Amino acid sequence: MTVQHAEPVPVEETPAAGTENKILQVALAGQPNVGKSTLFNLLTGLNQHVGNWPGKTVERKEGNFVLRGRTYRLIDLPGTYSLTANSEEELITREFIIRERPDVVVALVDAAILERSLYLVAELIPLPAPVIVALNMMDVAEQEGVHIEPQVLEAALGVPVVPMTATRNEGVKELIGAVEDVADGRYDYDPSIPHIRQDHRDVLEQVESIIEGCVPAPYPQDWIALKLLEGDQKVSEMMAGCLPAERQSALDIVLREHDDALVAVASGRYDWIGRMIRAALTRPTTGPISLTGKLDRWATHPLWGLAIMAGILGLVFWLTYAVGAPLQDLLDTYVVGGLAQLARLTLGAAPPWVTDLVADGMIGGVGAMLTFLPILVIFFAVMGILEDVGYLARAAYVMDRFMHLMGLHGKSFLPLFLGFGCNVPAVLGARVIESKRARLLTILLAPLMPCTARMTVIAFLAPAFFGSAAALVSWGMILLALTVLALSGVLINRTVFRGERAAFIMELPIYHLPNWRTIGMRVWQRSLSFIRKAGTLILAVSVVVWVLSTLPAGEIQSSYLARIGRFLEPIGQLMGFDWRLTVALLTSFIAKENSIATLGVLFGTGASRGLAEQLAATFSAATALAFLTVQMLFVPCVATVAVIRQETDSWAWTLFDLLFLLVVSLGVGVAVYWVVRLLGG
Amino acid sequence: MSRASSPRKPDGVVSLSALHSGEHGEVVDLAGGRGMLSRMTALGFTPGADVTVVQNYGRGPLIARVRDARIALGRGEADRVYVRRTSA
Repeated sequence: MTVQHAEPVPVEETPAAGTENKILQVALAGQPNVGKSTLFNLLTGLNQHVGNWPGKTVERKEGNFVLRGRTYRLIDLPGTYSLTANSEEELITREFIIRERPDVVVALVDAAILERSLYLVAELIPLPAPVIVALNMMDVAEQEGVHIEPQVLEAALGVPVVPMTATRNEGVKELIGAVEDVADGRYDYDPSIPHIRQDHRDVLEQVESIIEGCVPAPYPQDWIALKLLEGDQKVSEMMAGCLPAERQSALDIVLREHDDALVAVASGRYDWIGRMIRAALTRPTTGPISLTGKLDRWATHPLWGLAIMAGILGLVFWLTYAVGAPLQDLLDTYVVGGLAQLARLTLGAAPPWVTDLVADGMIGGVGAMLTFLPILVIFFAVMGILEDVGYLARAAYVMDRFMHLMGLHGKSFLPLFLGFGCNVPAVLGARVIESKRARLLTILLAPLMPCTARMTVIAFLAPAFFGSAAALVSWGMILLALTVLALSGVLINRTVFRGERAAFIMELPIYHLPNWRTIGMRVWQRSLSFIRKAGTLILAVSVVVWVLSTLPAGEIQSSYLARIGRFLEPIGQLMGFDWRLTVALLTSFIAKENSIATLGVLFGTGASRGLAEQLAATFSAATALAFLTVQMLFVPCVATVAVIRQETDSWAWTLFDLLFLLVVSLGVGVAVYWVVRLLGG
Repeated sequence: MSRASSPRKPDGVVSLSALHSGEHGEVVDLAGGRGMLSRMTALGFTPGADVTVVQNYGRGPLIARVRDARIALGRGEADRVYVRRTSA
């Protein structure tokens, strides 16, 4: 199939003449793990726009493509199991279809899990947009011994059914053909509609008669009635604002009497699915245990599962250090260093402060951001592969019992743990967690993972202070950070979230080979989005800190930053810090490793051996240990802050986290200082 | 299996967490808040559905197969799905 990629064209410019020139709006819906991204990428290629749904933290992807002279706009709706307002994803999907009325909704279903995947179709068909069922993963279904006759299913459903395998580009052309037929009215669209279970039909009629005439446009009345019976919160709230008081109380009485109706509605849908697939689906009779079953004997085993995960983590760390770290160094030396040199050369005639601002302030900031890229790319690639092949859910399953002690979800484990490389991807990786609360908590805790940059500082300072005990101290610091992370999890969960436990209900998808195109696109989009969104904030903060550390006299010793450091000295003194250590902590906000460079300047030694010796001579062991502790637990670097803000979509939570980390790091620092002093250190 | 028993269970009905690896059952009833019921029913746990427990080590989460999909459930969630043992 040849798909040409067109420039995005606004829908409003549709010419009135004929339907041929109209841009067809096609919404892509489906449950999680049905291959939606693969199909979306296949059709739109690089011509896609990625953003967020307005006011939500859910990713919105759309893209245009041209096929046989016709332009299509494809909107990728979030993956959801149903359309009851339990999550933002579900709300977005149904609001989009009801309000925007796309020309066609393509419902992607997993042929290997036909019955369950059709549940979403049962919810989509009653909505006011025609539905086409795309039977994806026909190859996996055949492998699992599941046989489906698409024409028989189509005859039962009354909507087009197109068998396909998106990973092999099979059936995609036919799918677009079906979209055209439905949009142009060439298809006799006559869907079979699911009904509520027999024993609740009267109740549904009762509800419909109560709300008759009060349902606001564009919502279909029968749909609203069903959602009320399901106890849908959003719909209930909306109707409470529309119904007169006496009708509302009548409604409340009916709904209270039938609070079990939710199960009846869902059962009705599954009964309908049963009728639809009865003739079309042949399941394997006995058959050998599937590949997924065999792999899961190991991957989800309480012991072997942990061992396999440890192996995978080891491999990822090796990759991060063996490939990521040297790449970071190269970028830092050649690209960032080169840019700074270039700036100095080209700005030769400008006043020195301009040159310094550009070369040190701005390029330094950009550099801090650029050097994140290798680790980010590795992280996104690894997470993408693990998610795509289906392993991520298994790792979450194995880790859930440990994670939920902290109020986290099994899925919190991988993003958090990979935060050992860098906190930025740990925060971004929290997207894999569906539970909003567990996702937020994961993001808030991520900065407590000891990242490589912090470890660099520890690795430089620990030998200076503690000689042969340096390794022990470094391990102690890591252990301390992890303990603080676990305790903070318990604490925040008990207080802020009042101990609600995140329910653990998660599908373990069928294993399949990774789709490199899908993973590549994800890595590309996530990295680009990091540069775009976090970039501005990182650059701004870098310039501000540079200005503070330069003005008024052009040297850090007498700068505003130093004055702030002196002003904060009383706090530092609780741990035996002088103002120089405080300033070092402040500059670590740009990048953690800045602490060393700053101390080098302030002690007039540069970041050399001499610095280590000077520091060891100046400060006591108690102060040294307290400084390492604070450094380990302190407010994260600006890049991490930027992504926390981006992923929580809330300054309030971001500031809460910064304040929390500030209090925790100083609190633990002071505690460490006094414990060591009392022990005679 | 701390919360496995419930006073309104009819005879022969146990919670899903009581089934051993490889055992089958038919869903009879579900307990829980609306949010959880909605998620569980969407995933296929409706009365009459056949369930097979794929893995259950007696503690921690377990894996069940329902409507051809494998679902991992926390023990607390599995405690609230009531099933009648079946042979196949």
